[in-house]
Amino acid sequence: MSIDGTSGSDFERFRITFFEECNEILADLEVHLTQLQEGALDNEGLNAVFRAAHSIKAGAGAFGFTDLVNFTHSFEALLDKMRDGEIDQTPQVADLLVRGGDVLAELVSAAQENRNAGPDFGADVLEQVNDLLGNAPKPTDAPASADAQHGEISSGMGNWTIQLTPNVDLFKNATEPLLLIRELRELGALKVNCDRSQLPPLRKLDPELAYFSWAFELESECSRENIEEVFEFVDDTCEIAIERAVSSENDAKSDEAPPQGAEVQPEASLPAKSVAAKEVAPAGKKAKAAAASSIRVELGRIDRLVNTVGELVITQAMLAQELADLTSDVERQPIAGQEQLANLTRELQECVMAIRMQPVKSVFARMPRLVRDLSGKLGKKINLRMSGEHTEVDKTIIEELADPLTHMIRNSIDHGLETPDERVAAGKAEEGTIDLSAAHVGGNIVISISDDGAGINRERVLAIAIDKGIVQPDAHLTDQEIDELIFAPGFSTAEEVTDISGRGVGMDVVRRNIVSLGGRIQIQSQPGHGTRLNMLIPLTLAVLDGMIVAVGNQRYILPITSIVESFRPSPSQMRRLDDWTQVVQIRGEFIRIVRLCDLFNVENATHDPTQGLVVLTEVAGGGKIGITVDELIGQQQIVIKSLNDNFDPVPGISGATILGNGKVALILDIEQLAGMKGTVPLPQERGDAKEVDAPVAIVAAE
Amino acid sequence: MAKRALTVDDSKTMRDMVAFTLKGAGFDVLEAEDGVHALSVVKGQKVDVVITDINMPNMDGVTLVRELRAKAEFKSTPILILTTEGGDDKKASGKAAGATGWIVKPFAPDKLLSVVNKVCP
Repeated sequence: MSIDGTSGSDFERFRITFFEECNEILADLEVHLTQLQEGALDNEGLNAVFRAAHSIKAGAGAFGFTDLVNFTHSFEALLDKMRDGEIDQTPQVADLLVRGGDVLAELVSAAQENRNAGPDFGADVLEQVNDLLGNAPKPTDAPASADAQHGEISSGMGNWTIQLTPNVDLFKNATEPLLLIRELRELGALKVNCDRSQLPPLRKLDPELAYFSWAFELESECSRENIEEVFEFVDDTCEIAIERAVSSENDAKSDEAPPQGAEVQPEASLPAKSVAAKEVAPAGKKAKAAAASSIRVELGRIDRLVNTVGELVITQAMLAQELADLTSDVERQPIAGQEQLANLTRELQECVMAIRMQPVKSVFARMPRLVRDLSGKLGKKINLRMSGEHTEVDKTIIEELADPLTHMIRNSIDHGLETPDERVAAGKAEEGTIDLSAAHVGGNIVISISDDGAGINRERVLAIAIDKGIVQPDAHLTDQEIDELIFAPGFSTAEEVTDISGRGVGMDVVRRNIVSLGGRIQIQSQPGHGTRLNMLIPLTLAVLDGMIVAVGNQRYILPITSIVESFRPSPSQMRRLDDWTQVVQIRGEFIRIVRLCDLFNVENATHDPTQGLVVLTEVAGGGKIGITVDELIGQQQIVIKSLNDNFDPVPGISGATILGNGKVALILDIEQLAGMKGTVPLPQERGDAKEVDAPVAIVAAE
Repeated sequence: MAKRALTVDDSKTMRDMVAFTLKGAGFDVLEAEDGVHALSVVKGQKVDVVITDINMPNMDGVTLVRELRAKAEFKSTPILILTTEGGDDKKASGKAAGATGWIVKPFAPDKLLSVVNKVCP
């Protein structure tokens, strides 16, 4: 039915809600159908699947998406029979439901994009569902047929007698006879005779029972159906007799033959089909599935909120700075207030950021299906293990994760894992394993995909890279550098383009996507033992807890979550590996030193770590580095301003922020710093000139 | 005073549309996502008409009707259930639980209003 009487914008609003809801439902459905395939769908799960189909059908009906209504109708009927135990959860049925889920998803997106999925789309699935149901496809344009029920509309004045005798328990359904009488009166001139003969004496009267019955005389040009409609809800709790009265002289004429061409009341509402499609505005970017139920707020509003809170944080920091500079006791009185303001600001900011956070589950949930499909196609046995699905990350990031993740898992299965025969020959278990995990490390989320496959075939990768002119034939590359070649634009290891991985999207696109999120991708491969890909992505694109450090006249920000400790090393802790590399020994570990002053060529900085400080930081990919600074200034919430929009990427810098004093400080990127080599040779200094005598294990990134 | 309606449905689209339509007709509208939620929403509230879906998580519509009818303050409140076109058995089970009437899905605002008017003018 149409949403008559609603304006275009209301309609659009409902439509948007509907599709957002559909996408949530579909994500949920995917989870349940996966359980079903694993044979673990209980009643509750089955009910949830049923409700999913049911909700989509109801909405689809309201918007007139006929294909969707038809399909969900049968799908729902099948699920209903499964709930009733009439149809068993066999693998065939499970498979059918999974395919049905796919059809459903496609029909939803077809409807959303205002296109036709094609007349035969999903017909095979529908046919099988109907076979199972043991009936011919039921026409489901029910709204139209319901409207058509009033075919026998007669008109002209007529007299009707109606006898209404309620059962005594009429009131238990809160039926109010008075309303029925009122409604009858609207049909025409009504005479009411109430029969009170069944009313018991007062002391025997039960006020909750119905004792009256009525005889009506109605003079109206309505049809029998119009009258029956009045009693629609009570026909099983009342005896109703409707009869056309013997015509009196007055109305004999009209009763004989209804005048030709008499006005027939058009049905109040239009059949479903005529509506929705026309008014539909082109759908925006396809909403990616998100399983968590939530209130829906336009992202733009939240962005504005985040920005405003960001500005508030900066303002608060400025205020704090100015107050800190005050000296006299009288002047310092507002400081308590400012501390409270700082706390509130921080709390507010956390709340705002939390609004945008969602578990990565919604993306992870799609992967078992992918693995199952591919393992079937490629004849490989794969066990997918997932962990950390509840790790939360900014919504915008989640949406961008799905494609890279899908691509990487495809790659793992297609290129990484061997066939069962090959695995057995290599002395491994027949079944390959893919681990997919998410975790918070520092201010990042790290998503890892590792397989126990064959690892990267470096000879082939190198040969292909040379062949494609990506590297020079005489280039000398380390293993790591060869592995990194798979991210090179235009690189493909597939010997032939398969429909699985050769979709014209390479790892270069994956990397570009990740980098555009401010993230990074690392690869570790061990021939014969497998490959691990780590994606490091900032949790949010907006704020971080930072430690402001001073190097010469410059201020830098270190993400607080990656800081382990800071200390001033004694000369005996310092070791020199070569002219470029210096390490510091702490608690038996040797940690490589990254000298910010040299790296960024800062003037007036302390060059000797034993005169300044070393900040020990954890690297998200594993390991630690020691960063040399002059002093720690203090901890602060940092509002991240991206540099990427205005500058080329600067190695070692992830962004910038505005400090309380209005100056800009650069935010250090620990992982990149860990991978950077010194740019200037170490000065020849007195204390640390002696070479390390024993071999040392250097703990550093990568 | 404006009449107050309660719409119970696990689908936000449905709730939105029902609420929008009823508000347009001058109702105050309370919303609930399922039966359990509905029972907590109506606590201490006077409601003039309830419109509930049947298929919902946690507590379905038929159970909700039964629970509401068991409360003195809901003995004579009209309760309508939303059913699909073919749901004769659903109508029957709804009636048996104490529902006053039903609204046939798919949703049509004028139909909804006419049914609501029928039981709660």
